[in-house]
Amino acid sequence: MNYVVAILGMAAVTFAVKAAIFVLGDRVRFPEWLREALSFVPVTVLTAIIVPMTLAPHGEGLELTWRNPQLVAALLATAVCAATRHQLLTIGAGLAVFFAWQLGVLA
Amino acid sequence: MPVLSRTASFATGARDTLPMIVGAAPFGLIFGALVATTPLALWHGQLMSLSVFAGSSQFIAAGLFATGVGYVVLWATTLIVNLRHMLYAANLLPHVKHLDWRWRAVLGFVLTDETFAVTSSYFHRHPDDPMGHWYFLGSGLSMYVNWQVWTLAGLLFGAAFPRLQTLGLDFAMVATFIAIIVPQMARMPWAIATVVAGTAAYLCRAMPYKLGLLAAVALGIAAGMLALHAKRRNGARPTSGPGSDTHRRTPDDRSGMRSQETSAGGAQ
Repeated sequence: MNYVVAILGMAAVTFAVKAAIFVLGDRVRFPEWLREALSFVPVTVLTAIIVPMTLAPHGEGLELTWRNPQLVAALLATAVCAATRHQLLTIGAGLAVFFAWQLGVLA
Repeated sequence: MPVLSRTASFATGARDTLPMIVGAAPFGLIFGALVATTPLALWHGQLMSLSVFAGSSQFIAAGLFATGVGYVVLWATTLIVNLRHMLYAANLLPHVKHLDWRWRAVLGFVLTDETFAVTSSYFHRHPDDPMGHWYFLGSGLSMYVNWQVWTLAGLLFGAAFPRLQTLGLDFAMVATFIAIIVPQMARMPWAIATVVAGTAAYLCRAMPYKLGLLAAVALGIAAGMLALHAKRRNGARPTSGPGSDTHRRTPDDRSGMRSQETSAGGAQ
C-alpha cells in the first residue's frame, strides 16, 4: 500500500464531505431517514473499532479474563464515564488502570 | 453589538475557541504518538494532520494502518466517520451561502466538531453579523494550527519513547472513544445501536480488509433505526411535527456537552 496515496485519498474524501453542502448550497436536500441514520454513525463506528481490540487484543480468541489489561481498563473507563460524564477524567483513569495493570498487576 | 472589523471578528472566533483548543491538545499529542506504533513514517502523520484535519478519522486510520487494510475500506471508513460534518454544514449553510465559492470551500475544510460547536452558538446569538465568516475562519484556523503543533509534538514524543508501542499506547484510543460513546448511550435506540455494532464487530472481526467494521456499522445503524421507529409507533414519542427532534438534536447535544466540559477531542 502506498501510504501517501492512502492519506491523500482520505483527505479528498474528508474535504468532499465537509465542503459539499457549503459549495452546493441549497441544491442538496437531506431526506429524513438519512438524518436519522447519520445520528447513529458516531457510536456505531467507534464501538465497532474498539470492541474487537478490547475483547481479543491479540487478534485470536476471546480474552474474557482479568489478565487482559485492555478489557479491565475499558470496563473501568466505561464505569467512570457513565458516573461522571467527564471525558478527560475517563481517558486519564482508563490509561492509568491500563498501565498499572500491565506494569504492576501482571508484571 | 456593533459590527466588528475583519481582524476583530477573526480574533474573537479564535478566542472563543480557546477552551476547545486546550481540550484538543492531548488528542493531537496522542495521535502523533500513535503514529509511531503504525507502519507509517513520522512525516506521514504530519501529512495526515495537514491534509485530512479530522481527528476521529485520523485515529481510526492509524488503527487500520496498524492492522493492515485496503484502500477501499480505509476510504469508506473515512467517509462514514466524517459524514456527520454534512449535518454541521447543513446547519451553518444559511450563514455562509452568500459567500463566494472559495470562501465556502475554505470554511468547509476547517469545519470540525469544535468549530461547529463554537460557530453555531455564535450565529445563534448574532444571526445577521456581516463579519460572521471571519469569526468562523478565526475559530477554524486556530484549531488547525493547534492540531498541527500537537501532532508534531506527539510525533517527536512517540519517536523518543519507542517502548510506548510495547506498552500498548493504542489503548489511549480505546479510552478516548469510550469517553465519546458512553454519554451517547443514554437514549435507548443509541444504546441498542452501540451494543449491536460492538457484537457484530467482534463476530465479524476475521472478515478480510476490515470489512467486518463496515458490516458492524451497517447492522448497528439498522438496529438503531428499528428501535427508534418502534419507539415512535408505541407512542413513546409523537410521530407528528418534525418527528425528527431526536436526531436533529444529536449533534447539538454532543457539541453542547463538549463545550460545557471543554474537553472535546480533536479525536471526535
